[in-house]
Amino acid sequence: MVTTTVEKIRELSAQLLKDKKVDMVIGFQKGSLPMSNEPVMVKRPADVDKLVWDSHCSVNLASYLTDRKEKIGVIAKGCDTRNIATHIIENKISREQLTIIGVPCSGMIDRRKVMNAVGFEIKELIEESDRVIAKGDDAEKRFNKAEILQENCAVCSHPNPVLFDELVSDPVEVKEGIDRYADVREIEAMETDAKWAYFEDLLSNCIRCYACRNACPLCYCPTCFVDESEPQWVGKSSDAVDTRTFHFLRAYHCAGRCTDCGSCERVCPMGIKMRAFTRKLEKDCLESFNWQAGLNIEQRPPLDSFNPADPDQFVK
Amino acid sequence: MIKIQKQDWEKGLEKLKSGYELFGPVVDKDAWEFRKLEPDQLPVLGMANTRLSAKSTVFPQSQVMFRYSLEPSKEDSGGMQAEGLDVKPRAVLGIRPCDAASFQLVKKNFDNREYPDPYWVKPFEQTTFIGFACDQPLQTCFCTSVGGGPYGEAGLDLLFSENGDHFIAKALTEKGDILAKAAGWQTEGDAAELEAKRVAAEKKISTTVATDRIKTSSVLDLFNAPFWEEIAFACLNCGTCTFSCPTCWCFDIQDEVKGTEGKRMRNWDSCMFPLFTLEGSGHNPRPKKEQRVRQRFMHKLKYYPDKYGSDVQCVGCGRCIQLCPVNIDIRQVCESMNNL
Repeated sequence: MVTTTVEKIRELSAQLLKDKKVDMVIGFQKGSLPMSNEPVMVKRPADVDKLVWDSHCSVNLASYLTDRKEKIGVIAKGCDTRNIATHIIENKISREQLTIIGVPCSGMIDRRKVMNAVGFEIKELIEESDRVIAKGDDAEKRFNKAEILQENCAVCSHPNPVLFDELVSDPVEVKEGIDRYADVREIEAMETDAKWAYFEDLLSNCIRCYACRNACPLCYCPTCFVDESEPQWVGKSSDAVDTRTFHFLRAYHCAGRCTDCGSCERVCPMGIKMRAFTRKLEKDCLESFNWQAGLNIEQRPPLDSFNPADPDQFVK
Repeated sequence: MIKIQKQDWEKGLEKLKSGYELFGPVVDKDAWEFRKLEPDQLPVLGMANTRLSAKSTVFPQSQVMFRYSLEPSKEDSGGMQAEGLDVKPRAVLGIRPCDAASFQLVKKNFDNREYPDPYWVKPFEQTTFIGFACDQPLQTCFCTSVGGGPYGEAGLDLLFSENGDHFIAKALTEKGDILAKAAGWQTEGDAAELEAKRVAAEKKISTTVATDRIKTSSVLDLFNAPFWEEIAFACLNCGTCTFSCPTCWCFDIQDEVKGTEGKRMRNWDSCMFPLFTLEGSGHNPRPKKEQRVRQRFMHKLKYYPDKYGSDVQCVGCGRCIQLCPVNIDIRQVCESMNNL
């Protein structure tokens, strides 16, 4: 129940700050627009009332932990905790620094989907468990939350935190029989030319703002390959080949690490569905290595570790 | 004042094609964007606004400045061939008053006495701007707070307002007169009709910001203000705000060379990118996100007014508010800065 979750989040955060177990709590505060919240850092117990929780807390907060030195309380849903696990394995934050306030998640709403589905400017979005009402000045439209979920949330296999110090509500039921890769298989089945045309069209309006990269917790290279100039791997213009190179290579850099948190698609100003690439690689890792990213902090991902039992002959 | 029936609008556009390259809003995926119109394409009017601003009509995201070849067999071998300077007359149709006003702000940067930029000035001078007034401002529109309005005339050559089966239009400049004549739009219209619509539209603006005290505050007091850490926290340092903003003009010049041939490109750059201020020595004066976020707002709201003795470098189009993935709101920043 939404209200109880918020109260619990605030209660736990206030206690952690009062006891000085953390220097700050990272969560979300209410945004200035409907269906939008803003990541926030709360340092004083009195400010915990800023913290909110609803179906617009989509951006992965693990991105705000990278290389921080403080003791941090972080409000984390299932995918966020998997990225936190990956961060810990990759030495971007230590387990000891974190107090993870886990939030079992029933999915985030796709803001753009809602905006495109109504013919009016939305002034308010009201959530009533699984029903949602979008209100304009003189019109309103009702939805079942399931119809307007973010696409990654609709096929989510890990809604419950995998790593946490506190859990603010009961775990949610994991949906049965989810097919995570139906659309990936559709693309795989395309003829080469059709596939290429599909990718060309998918990326045709990319403006190279790098919001996808910057929102991704995995993208923390001090100098991203697209920013390197000696040598210049990728051109900086809106050239289609350079743009495709950016997306394809970024997906490869995320292979075996991506948790499909959906932040990349969420933050893209142009509505590009670039998860097609990362999910293809996620499927490959699952099928080739039986691997899912970030489920615990004990196992290293297959693409950065060597095991004498690895089946490939060429390394032997 | 001109009255144009809707069928005469389309007929007029046909007539214009012989003398002007037409640009206007078109549907692109699930939004509208300004593009050069295809031969049989009409501009889409009546959408709130384009996702990205109209600045690309004069200042495209990527542009070749010149090419060169060192191939001995080529006629122009060893020379540089400029591109993008031979600009035919163009008409930018359906531009909102906020976007039109933005060109006036940006002009101060590109059309200056010491270093006029021909790549910007040429297309700008060749463009006739045909504006489309706003009858339904969005909740994020604050044009009236920054010297503009839904029926604002700054930067426009013609201002159109849709009224049922016709448009009521006002020619604001000689360029506008010439274009209206070329399109055959000559029927007399009623000024009171436009005025009534303007008044109605301005009442619908629901959000305002105050920037008056920013102008008189000391730049160092604003620079050293304690609220920047909080404002900057959520920022991802992506380029979304800068790329969608009509008044952002920063660019990067890069050479793309392949063997003996090459081209010099100008691409939009963003002060949000860490690379923006990275110097050849390796030093970066703005290595931290907070510094970059502060710089953007200070540039828009303080440095520009101080430098040019004018209003803020913002037209209140609200795109940055709508598109910021983490909902950083310039209106809230204005409030913090104005209430220092």
